[in-house]
Amino acid sequence: MNRIRTQAWAFGASIVLALLLTLMPLPAPIMPLKPYWPALVLIYWSLESTDHVSIGLAFLIGIVADLLNGALLGDQALRLAVLTFIVLRYRSRIRFFPMWQQASAVWLLLLNNHVLQALIRAFAGDSPLPALSWLAPAAGAVIWPFVFLLLDDVNTRLRGKAARSA
Amino acid sequence: MALPQKASTPIFADAPAGTLRLIVYLALAAVLMVLDHRNGWLQRVRYATAAAIVPIYKLAAAPADWIHDAKTAFTSHTQLVDDNRALREALLLSEARLNRMQAVSQQNTRLKQLLDTQRQLDMHAQLAHLINVQLDPNHDRVMLNIGANEGVRVGQVVIDAHGVMGQVIETMPHASVAMLIIDPAHAVPVMLDRTGLRGIAHGTGNSAQLLVPNLPLSADVKPGDKLVTSGLGGRFPAGFPVGTVTAVERGPSGLFQQALVRPAAQLDHSGEVLLLHDLPEPVGPPAPAPQVGPPDALAPAATKAAPATSKSAGAVP
Repeated sequence: MNRIRTQAWAFGASIVLALLLTLMPLPAPIMPLKPYWPALVLIYWSLESTDHVSIGLAFLIGIVADLLNGALLGDQALRLAVLTFIVLRYRSRIRFFPMWQQASAVWLLLLNNHVLQALIRAFAGDSPLPALSWLAPAAGAVIWPFVFLLLDDVNTRLRGKAARSA
Repeated sequence: MALPQKASTPIFADAPAGTLRLIVYLALAAVLMVLDHRNGWLQRVRYATAAAIVPIYKLAAAPADWIHDAKTAFTSHTQLVDDNRALREALLLSEARLNRMQAVSQQNTRLKQLLDTQRQLDMHAQLAHLINVQLDPNHDRVMLNIGANEGVRVGQVVIDAHGVMGQVIETMPHASVAMLIIDPAHAVPVMLDRTGLRGIAHGTGNSAQLLVPNLPLSADVKPGDKLVTSGLGGRFPAGFPVGTVTAVERGPSGLFQQALVRPAAQLDHSGEVLLLHDLPEPVGPPAPAPQVGPPDALAPAATKAAPATSKSAGAVP
Protein backbone atom coordinates (compact mmCIF):
# COMPACT_ATOMS: atom_id res chain seq x y z
CA MET A 1 0.00 0.00 0.00
CA ASN A 2 2.70 2.38 1.11
CA ARG A 3 4.93 1.29 -1.74
CA ILE A 4 2.22 1.92 -4.28
CA ARG A 5 1.61 5.38 -2.85
CA THR A 6 5.30 6.32 -2.97
CA GLN A 7 5.46 5.04 -6.52
CA ALA A 8 2.40 7.07 -7.44
CA TRP A 9 4.18 10.20 -6.17
CA ALA A 10 7.27 9.37 -8.22
CA PHE A 11 5.06 8.75 -11.25
CA GLY A 12 3.30 12.11 -10.88
CA ALA A 13 6.54 13.99 -10.31
CA SER A 14 8.21 12.45 -13.36
CA ILE A 15 5.21 13.28 -15.56
CA VAL A 16 5.20 16.91 -14.36
CA LEU A 17 8.94 17.12 -14.98
CA ALA A 18 8.49 15.68 -18.49
CA LEU A 19 5.81 18.28 -19.28
CA LEU A 20 8.09 21.09 -18.04
CA LEU A 21 11.00 19.71 -20.07
CA THR A 22 8.80 19.78 -23.17
CA LEU A 23 8.25 23.51 -22.67
CA MET A 24 11.88 24.33 -21.97
CA PRO A 25 13.72 25.92 -24.87
CA LEU A 26 16.81 24.30 -26.37
CA PRO A 27 19.50 26.07 -28.41
CA ALA A 28 18.18 26.67 -31.92
CA PRO A 29 20.44 24.21 -33.83
CA ILE A 30 19.34 21.16 -31.80
CA MET A 31 15.75 22.29 -31.30
CA PRO A 32 14.17 19.85 -33.80
CA LEU A 33 15.94 16.95 -32.03
CA LYS A 34 14.14 17.54 -28.74
CA PRO A 35 12.96 14.12 -27.53
CA TYR A 36 9.29 13.70 -26.71
CA TRP A 37 9.68 13.47 -22.94
CA PRO A 38 6.11 12.56 -21.88
CA ALA A 39 6.28 9.53 -24.19
CA LEU A 40 9.59 8.33 -22.71
CA VAL A 41 8.32 8.66 -19.14
CA LEU A 42 5.03 6.95 -20.00
CA ILE A 43 6.90 4.05 -21.67
CA TYR A 44 9.01 3.60 -18.55
CA TRP A 45 6.06 3.54 -16.18
CA SER A 46 3.97 1.23 -18.35
CA LEU A 47 6.89 -1.22 -18.45
CA GLU A 48 7.53 -0.84 -14.73
CA SER A 49 4.07 -1.53 -13.35
CA THR A 50 0.49 -1.71 -14.52
CA ASP A 51 -0.74 -0.08 -11.30
CA HIS A 52 -0.40 3.48 -12.53
CA VAL A 53 -0.60 3.65 -16.29
CA SER A 54 -3.73 3.05 -18.30
CA ILE A 55 -4.84 4.27 -21.70
CA GLY A 56 -7.24 6.68 -20.02
CA LEU A 57 -4.50 8.24 -17.91
CA ALA A 58 -2.24 8.60 -20.95
CA PHE A 59 -5.15 10.33 -22.69
CA LEU A 60 -5.56 12.75 -19.77
CA ILE A 61 -1.84 13.53 -19.68
CA GLY A 62 -2.04 14.19 -23.41
CA ILE A 63 -4.92 16.62 -22.89
CA VAL A 64 -2.89 18.52 -20.28
CA ALA A 65 0.12 18.59 -22.65
CA ASP A 66 -2.15 19.90 -25.42
CA LEU A 67 -3.43 22.66 -23.14
CA LEU A 68 0.15 23.68 -22.36
CA ASN A 69 1.42 23.55 -25.94
CA GLY A 70 -1.65 25.16 -27.42
CA ALA A 71 -1.45 23.56 -30.86
CA LEU A 72 -4.52 21.33 -31.30
CA LEU A 73 -6.64 19.92 -28.48
CA GLY A 74 -6.65 16.10 -28.64
CA ASP A 75 -3.51 15.70 -30.75
CA GLN A 76 -1.10 14.55 -28.05
CA ALA A 77 -3.95 12.81 -26.21
CA LEU A 78 -4.48 10.57 -29.23
CA ARG A 79 -0.79 9.91 -29.74
CA LEU A 80 -0.07 9.08 -26.10
CA ALA A 81 -3.13 6.80 -25.92
CA VAL A 82 -1.92 4.85 -28.96
CA LEU A 83 1.63 4.67 -27.58
CA THR A 84 0.47 3.41 -24.18
CA PHE A 85 -1.80 0.86 -25.82
CA ILE A 86 1.09 -0.61 -27.82
CA VAL A 87 3.45 -0.65 -24.84
CA LEU A 88 0.90 -2.29 -22.54
CA ARG A 89 0.11 -4.82 -25.23
CA TYR A 90 3.73 -5.92 -25.71
CA ARG A 91 4.75 -5.12 -22.16
CA SER A 92 5.76 -8.64 -21.17
CA ARG A 93 8.14 -8.87 -24.13
CA ILE A 94 9.71 -5.40 -24.13
CA ARG A 95 10.30 -5.62 -20.37
CA PHE A 96 12.88 -8.38 -20.74
CA PHE A 97 14.62 -7.11 -23.86
CA PRO A 98 18.32 -6.25 -23.52
CA MET A 99 18.91 -2.52 -23.41
CA TRP A 100 19.83 -2.03 -27.09
CA GLN A 101 16.73 -3.93 -28.20
CA GLN A 102 14.61 -1.92 -25.82
CA ALA A 103 16.07 1.29 -27.26
CA SER A 104 15.21 0.19 -30.79
CA ALA A 105 11.69 -0.66 -29.63
CA VAL A 106 11.47 2.86 -28.19
CA TRP A 107 12.72 4.24 -31.50
CA LEU A 108 9.94 2.39 -33.34
CA LEU A 109 7.34 3.62 -30.84
CA LEU A 110 8.50 7.21 -31.18
CA LEU A 111 8.67 6.89 -34.96
CA ASN A 112 5.08 5.64 -35.00
CA ASN A 113 4.19 8.60 -32.79
CA HIS A 114 5.89 10.95 -35.23
CA VAL A 115 4.07 9.46 -38.23
CA LEU A 116 0.77 9.94 -36.38
CA GLN A 117 1.73 13.55 -35.68
CA ALA A 118 2.52 14.14 -39.35
CA LEU A 119 -0.86 12.60 -40.33
CA ILE A 120 -2.78 14.72 -37.81
CA ARG A 121 -1.03 17.85 -39.04
CA ALA A 122 -1.84 16.95 -42.63
CA PHE A 123 -5.52 16.50 -41.73
CA ALA A 124 -5.58 19.78 -39.81
CA GLY A 125 -4.15 21.58 -42.84
CA ASP A 126 -0.95 22.52 -41.01
CA SER A 127 2.42 22.85 -42.70
CA PRO A 128 4.38 19.55 -42.90
CA LEU A 129 6.95 18.73 -40.21
CA PRO A 130 10.46 20.00 -40.90
CA ALA A 131 12.75 17.30 -42.34
CA LEU A 132 15.17 17.46 -39.43
CA SER A 133 12.41 16.64 -36.93
CA TRP A 134 12.35 13.04 -38.25
CA LEU A 135 15.59 12.56 -36.33
CA ALA A 136 13.80 13.31 -33.03
CA PRO A 137 12.68 9.66 -32.51
CA ALA A 138 16.30 8.55 -32.91
CA ALA A 139 17.37 11.17 -30.36
CA GLY A 140 14.71 9.79 -28.03
CA ALA A 141 16.03 6.23 -28.51
CA VAL A 142 19.60 7.36 -27.80
CA ILE A 143 18.51 9.05 -24.60
CA TRP A 144 16.24 6.15 -23.54
CA PRO A 145 18.89 4.10 -21.63
CA PHE A 146 19.70 7.14 -19.48
CA VAL A 147 16.04 7.90 -18.80
CA PHE A 148 15.45 4.25 -17.95
CA LEU A 149 18.44 3.97 -15.61
CA LEU A 150 17.65 7.27 -13.89
CA LEU A 151 13.97 6.49 -13.29
CA ASP A 152 14.81 2.90 -12.30
CA ASP A 153 17.37 4.13 -9.78
CA VAL A 154 14.91 6.59 -8.23
CA ASN A 155 12.26 3.90 -8.18
CA THR A 156 14.52 1.35 -6.46
CA ARG A 157 15.59 3.85 -3.82
CA LEU A 158 12.00 4.85 -3.10
CA ARG A 159 11.00 1.21 -2.85
CA GLY A 160 13.83 0.52 -0.41
CA LYS A 161 12.85 3.49 1.71
CA ALA A 162 9.19 2.50 1.69
CA ALA A 163 10.10 -1.07 2.68
CA ARG A 164 12.25 0.15 5.56
CA SER A 165 9.66 2.56 6.88
CA ALA A 166 6.89 -0.05 6.63
CA MET B 1 1.15 -33.09 -16.35
CA ALA B 2 -0.17 -30.02 -18.00
CA LEU B 3 -0.08 -26.67 -16.26
CA PRO B 4 -3.46 -25.08 -15.68
CA GLN B 5 -4.31 -22.47 -18.29
CA LYS B 6 -4.37 -19.61 -15.80
CA ALA B 7 -0.80 -20.05 -14.62
CA SER B 8 0.70 -19.32 -18.02
CA THR B 9 2.08 -15.82 -18.48
CA PRO B 10 -0.39 -13.82 -20.52
CA ILE B 11 1.54 -12.56 -23.51
CA PHE B 12 -1.44 -10.54 -24.71
CA ALA B 13 -3.08 -9.51 -21.47
CA ASP B 14 -6.78 -8.69 -21.73
CA ALA B 15 -6.30 -7.65 -25.32
CA PRO B 16 -9.94 -7.32 -26.45
CA ALA B 17 -10.91 -5.00 -23.58
CA GLY B 18 -7.81 -2.88 -24.21
CA THR B 19 -8.57 -2.59 -27.92
CA LEU B 20 -12.14 -1.53 -27.24
CA ARG B 21 -10.94 1.11 -24.80
CA LEU B 22 -8.34 2.33 -27.28
CA ILE B 23 -10.99 2.74 -29.97
CA VAL B 24 -13.18 4.73 -27.57
CA TYR B 25 -10.30 7.07 -26.69
CA LEU B 26 -9.25 7.45 -30.34
CA ALA B 27 -12.80 8.43 -31.24
CA LEU B 28 -12.90 10.88 -28.34
CA ALA B 29 -9.59 12.44 -29.40
CA ALA B 30 -10.77 12.70 -33.02
CA VAL B 31 -14.01 14.41 -31.93
CA LEU B 32 -12.03 16.83 -29.73
CA MET B 33 -9.63 17.66 -32.56
CA VAL B 34 -12.41 18.32 -35.07
CA LEU B 35 -14.37 20.47 -32.62
CA ASP B 36 -11.25 22.40 -31.65
CA HIS B 37 -10.25 22.90 -35.27
CA ARG B 38 -13.71 24.20 -36.15
CA ASN B 39 -14.55 26.28 -33.09
CA GLY B 40 -11.21 27.19 -31.50
CA TRP B 41 -12.13 25.54 -28.19
CA LEU B 42 -8.54 25.23 -27.09
CA GLN B 43 -8.00 28.98 -26.95
CA ARG B 44 -11.14 29.49 -24.88
CA VAL B 45 -10.12 26.73 -22.46
CA ARG B 46 -6.61 28.18 -22.30
CA TYR B 47 -8.04 31.64 -21.60
CA ALA B 48 -10.16 30.23 -18.76
CA THR B 49 -7.33 28.22 -17.22
CA ALA B 50 -4.65 30.86 -17.80
CA ALA B 51 -4.30 31.45 -14.04
CA ALA B 52 -2.99 27.89 -13.76
CA ILE B 53 -1.14 27.70 -17.08
CA VAL B 54 0.91 30.88 -17.08
CA PRO B 55 2.79 30.07 -13.81
CA ILE B 56 3.77 26.75 -15.41
CA TYR B 57 5.26 28.65 -18.34
CA LYS B 58 7.15 30.92 -15.95
CA LEU B 59 8.45 27.84 -14.13
CA ALA B 60 9.57 26.21 -17.37
CA ALA B 61 11.25 29.43 -18.45
CA ALA B 62 13.12 29.83 -15.16
CA PRO B 63 16.23 27.71 -15.95
CA ALA B 64 16.83 29.52 -19.24
CA ASP B 65 16.44 32.86 -17.41
CA TRP B 66 18.93 31.75 -14.77
CA ILE B 67 21.45 30.86 -17.46
CA HIS B 68 20.88 34.26 -19.05
CA ASP B 69 21.31 36.03 -15.68
CA ALA B 70 24.46 34.08 -14.93
CA LYS B 71 25.85 35.05 -18.33
CA THR B 72 25.12 38.71 -17.56
CA ALA B 73 26.67 38.42 -14.10
CA PHE B 74 29.89 36.95 -15.44
CA THR B 75 30.27 39.24 -18.44
CA SER B 76 33.68 40.84 -18.25
CA HIS B 77 34.06 44.51 -17.40
CA THR B 78 35.79 45.32 -20.68
CA GLN B 79 32.94 43.83 -22.64
CA LEU B 80 30.44 45.93 -20.71
CA VAL B 81 32.50 49.04 -21.44
CA ASP B 82 32.61 48.12 -25.12
CA ASP B 83 28.87 47.48 -25.19
CA ASN B 84 28.24 50.76 -23.45
CA ARG B 85 30.35 52.67 -25.96
CA ALA B 86 28.67 50.98 -28.90
CA LEU B 87 25.22 51.75 -27.46
CA ARG B 88 26.15 55.40 -26.84
CA GLU B 89 27.30 55.75 -30.43
CA ALA B 90 24.12 54.13 -31.68
CA LEU B 91 22.03 56.44 -29.48
CA LEU B 92 23.87 59.52 -30.72
CA LEU B 93 23.33 58.46 -34.32
CA SER B 94 19.65 57.74 -33.70
CA GLU B 95 19.15 61.07 -31.96
CA ALA B 96 20.77 62.96 -34.79
CA ARG B 97 18.57 61.12 -37.23
CA LEU B 98 15.52 61.72 -35.05
CA ASN B 99 16.17 65.46 -34.93
CA ARG B 100 16.26 65.57 -38.69
CA MET B 101 13.13 63.41 -38.84
CA GLN B 102 11.30 65.80 -36.53
CA ALA B 103 11.67 68.62 -39.03
CA VAL B 104 10.52 66.33 -41.82
CA SER B 105 7.63 65.12 -39.69
CA GLN B 106 6.45 68.68 -39.02
CA GLN B 107 6.70 69.46 -42.68
CA ASN B 108 4.76 66.29 -43.38
CA THR B 109 2.02 67.28 -40.93
CA ARG B 110 1.66 70.69 -42.57
CA LEU B 111 1.49 69.18 -46.04
CA LYS B 112 -1.06 66.65 -44.85
CA GLN B 113 -3.20 69.39 -43.37
CA LEU B 114 -3.08 71.07 -46.74
CA LEU B 115 -4.15 67.82 -48.37
CA ASP B 116 -6.81 67.36 -45.69
CA THR B 117 -6.00 63.72 -44.97
CA GLN B 118 -6.68 61.99 -41.68
CA ARG B 119 -3.72 59.62 -41.74
CA GLN B 120 -1.53 59.49 -38.68
CA LEU B 121 2.04 58.29 -38.57
CA ASP B 122 2.16 58.40 -34.76
CA MET B 123 3.19 55.12 -33.24
CA HIS B 124 1.80 53.89 -29.95
CA ALA B 125 3.82 50.96 -28.76
CA GLN B 126 3.84 48.86 -25.63
CA LEU B 127 6.92 47.11 -24.32
CA ALA B 128 6.68 43.35 -23.72
CA HIS B 129 9.12 40.70 -22.62
CA LEU B 130 9.37 37.26 -24.12
CA ILE B 131 8.70 34.34 -21.80
CA ASN B 132 11.41 31.87 -22.66
CA VAL B 133 9.38 28.74 -23.42
CA GLN B 134 9.09 26.66 -26.54
CA LEU B 135 5.43 25.99 -27.12
CA ASP B 136 5.86 23.51 -29.92
CA PRO B 137 9.16 22.75 -31.64
CA ASN B 138 7.40 22.66 -35.01
CA HIS B 139 5.60 25.98 -34.74
CA ASP B 140 7.40 29.30 -34.71
CA ARG B 141 5.60 31.00 -31.88
CA VAL B 142 6.70 33.04 -28.92
CA MET B 143 5.00 33.87 -25.66
CA LEU B 144 4.80 37.45 -24.36
CA ASN B 145 4.38 38.49 -20.75
CA ILE B 146 1.44 40.87 -21.25
CA GLY B 147 -2.06 39.92 -22.28
CA ALA B 148 -5.67 40.97 -22.65
CA ASN B 149 -5.76 42.70 -19.25
CA GLU B 150 -2.90 44.95 -20.37
CA GLY B 151 -4.74 45.85 -23.55
CA VAL B 152 -3.25 43.34 -25.98
CA ARG B 153 -5.59 42.33 -28.80
CA VAL B 154 -5.35 39.56 -31.37
CA GLY B 155 -3.82 40.90 -34.59
CA GLN B 156 -1.45 43.42 -33.02
CA VAL B 157 1.91 43.68 -34.73
CA VAL B 158 5.07 42.69 -32.84
CA ILE B 159 8.32 44.44 -33.78
CA ASP B 160 11.81 44.69 -32.36
CA ALA B 161 14.44 47.37 -32.90
CA HIS B 162 15.37 45.94 -36.30
CA GLY B 163 12.10 45.05 -37.95
CA VAL B 164 8.80 43.18 -37.96
CA MET B 165 8.73 40.03 -35.82
CA GLY B 166 5.16 38.80 -36.19
CA GLN B 167 1.66 39.25 -34.87
CA VAL B 168 -0.39 38.31 -31.81
CA ILE B 169 -2.58 35.26 -32.46
CA GLU B 170 -3.87 34.44 -29.00
CA THR B 171 -4.37 36.37 -25.78
CA MET B 172 -4.74 35.22 -22.20
CA PRO B 173 -5.38 37.54 -19.23
CA HIS B 174 -1.69 38.16 -18.50
CA ALA B 175 0.13 36.54 -21.41
CA SER B 176 -0.22 36.30 -25.15
CA VAL B 177 1.11 34.18 -27.99
CA ALA B 178 2.59 35.69 -31.15
CA MET B 179 3.24 33.96 -34.45
CA LEU B 180 6.61 34.86 -35.97
CA ILE B 181 6.92 35.91 -39.60
CA ILE B 182 9.04 32.79 -40.27
CA ASP B 183 6.15 30.44 -39.42
CA PRO B 184 5.11 28.56 -42.58
CA ALA B 185 1.52 29.64 -41.93
CA HIS B 186 2.42 33.34 -41.92
CA ALA B 187 2.67 35.87 -44.74
CA VAL B 188 3.43 39.62 -44.80
CA PRO B 189 2.63 41.97 -47.68
CA VAL B 190 5.95 43.60 -48.57
CA MET B 191 7.33 46.19 -50.91
CA LEU B 192 10.81 46.53 -52.36
CA ASP B 193 12.30 49.70 -50.88
CA ARG B 194 14.26 50.59 -54.01
CA THR B 195 11.71 50.02 -56.76
CA GLY B 196 8.34 49.81 -55.03
CA LEU B 197 7.73 46.29 -56.37
CA ARG B 198 5.13 44.54 -54.25
CA GLY B 199 5.06 40.94 -53.10
CA ILE B 200 4.14 38.68 -50.22
CA ALA B 201 6.81 37.28 -47.90
CA HIS B 202 5.98 33.77 -46.65
CA GLY B 203 7.59 32.05 -43.70
CA THR B 204 9.61 28.92 -44.38
CA GLY B 205 10.02 27.53 -40.86
CA ASN B 206 13.71 28.35 -41.10
CA SER B 207 14.60 31.22 -38.77
CA ALA B 208 17.01 32.74 -41.27
CA GLN B 209 14.77 32.78 -44.32
CA LEU B 210 11.58 34.18 -45.81
CA LEU B 211 10.38 33.50 -49.32
CA VAL B 212 8.81 36.01 -51.73
CA PRO B 213 7.41 33.90 -54.58
CA ASN B 214 5.74 34.87 -57.85
CA LEU B 215 7.76 37.93 -58.82
CA PRO B 216 7.70 38.64 -62.56
CA LEU B 217 10.81 37.49 -64.44
CA SER B 218 11.31 41.04 -65.66
CA ALA B 219 11.20 42.50 -62.14
CA ASP B 220 14.29 44.31 -60.96
CA VAL B 221 15.29 42.47 -57.78
CA LYS B 222 18.82 41.79 -56.67
CA PRO B 223 20.58 40.56 -53.53
CA GLY B 224 20.97 43.35 -50.98
CA ASP B 225 17.60 44.97 -51.70
CA LYS B 226 15.65 45.94 -48.57
CA LEU B 227 12.04 44.90 -48.07
CA VAL B 228 9.56 46.92 -46.01
CA THR B 229 5.92 46.28 -45.17
CA SER B 230 3.65 47.68 -47.86
CA GLY B 231 0.62 48.31 -45.65
CA LEU B 232 -1.64 46.41 -48.04
CA GLY B 233 -4.00 43.96 -46.41
CA GLY B 234 -4.57 46.26 -43.47
CA ARG B 235 -2.76 44.22 -40.83
CA PHE B 236 0.81 45.54 -40.88
CA PRO B 237 1.33 49.32 -41.01
CA ALA B 238 3.45 50.46 -43.95
CA GLY B 239 7.16 51.16 -43.82
CA PHE B 240 8.57 48.73 -41.25
CA PRO B 241 11.67 46.79 -42.34
CA VAL B 242 11.03 43.10 -42.99
CA GLY B 243 14.35 41.85 -44.37
CA THR B 244 17.10 41.90 -46.96
CA VAL B 245 17.11 39.90 -50.19
CA THR B 246 19.91 37.31 -50.08
CA ALA B 247 19.29 35.47 -53.35
CA VAL B 248 17.01 35.59 -56.37
CA GLU B 249 16.19 32.42 -58.31
CA ARG B 250 13.70 30.91 -60.75
CA GLY B 251 10.55 29.60 -59.11
CA PRO B 252 9.55 25.93 -59.40
CA SER B 253 7.27 26.68 -62.38
CA GLY B 254 10.00 28.57 -64.24
CA LEU B 255 7.53 31.34 -65.12
CA PHE B 256 8.27 33.53 -62.12
CA GLN B 257 11.27 34.33 -60.01
CA GLN B 258 11.39 34.18 -56.24
CA ALA B 259 13.49 36.02 -53.72
CA LEU B 260 15.00 34.54 -50.56
CA VAL B 261 14.99 37.07 -47.75
CA ARG B 262 16.87 37.24 -44.46
CA PRO B 263 14.53 38.66 -41.76
CA ALA B 264 15.62 42.01 -40.33
CA ALA B 265 14.28 41.31 -36.83
CA GLN B 266 16.45 39.26 -34.50
CA LEU B 267 14.05 36.35 -34.14
CA ASP B 268 16.44 34.06 -32.26
CA HIS B 269 17.22 36.56 -29.53
CA SER B 270 14.94 36.57 -26.57
CA GLY B 271 14.38 39.89 -24.88
CA GLU B 272 12.17 42.91 -25.27
CA VAL B 273 9.75 43.50 -28.12
CA LEU B 274 7.29 46.25 -28.96
CA LEU B 275 3.59 45.72 -29.56
CA LEU B 276 2.13 48.31 -31.93
CA HIS B 277 -1.16 49.72 -30.74
CA ASP B 278 -1.98 51.65 -33.82
CA LEU B 279 -3.96 49.49 -36.14
CA PRO B 280 -3.36 50.74 -39.66
CA GLU B 281 -5.99 52.81 -41.38
CA PRO B 282 -8.77 50.61 -42.72
CA VAL B 283 -8.70 49.87 -46.39
CA GLY B 284 -11.61 51.23 -48.38
CA PRO B 285 -13.01 54.46 -49.72
CA PRO B 286 -12.40 57.57 -47.59
CA ALA B 287 -15.13 58.72 -45.21
CA PRO B 288 -17.73 61.01 -46.88
CA ALA B 289 -16.86 64.69 -46.62
CA PRO B 290 -18.86 66.56 -43.95
CA GLN B 291 -21.68 68.79 -45.20
CA VAL B 292 -20.32 72.27 -45.72
CA GLY B 293 -22.57 75.30 -45.91
CA PRO B 294 -24.67 77.66 -43.83
CA PRO B 295 -26.73 76.11 -41.00
CA ASP B 296 -30.32 75.10 -41.63
CA ALA B 297 -31.63 77.98 -39.50
CA LEU B 298 -30.37 80.46 -42.06
CA ALA B 299 -32.20 78.76 -44.90
CA PRO B 300 -34.60 81.08 -46.70
CA ALA B 301 -38.22 80.90 -45.61
CA ALA B 302 -39.46 79.88 -49.06
CA THR B 303 -37.70 76.50 -48.89
CA LYS B 304 -39.07 76.01 -45.39
CA ALA B 305 -42.59 76.70 -46.48
CA ALA B 306 -42.52 74.40 -49.47
CA PRO B 307 -42.18 71.06 -47.58
CA ALA B 308 -44.32 72.33 -44.73
CA THR B 309 -46.51 69.22 -44.93
CA SER B 310 -43.55 66.95 -44.22
CA LYS B 311 -42.60 66.18 -40.62
CA SER B 312 -39.01 67.39 -40.93
CA ALA B 313 -40.13 71.01 -41.20
CA GLY B 314 -41.34 70.97 -37.62
CA ALA B 315 -37.82 70.35 -36.31
CA VAL B 316 -36.57 73.74 -37.44
CA PRO B 317 -37.10 76.39 -34.77
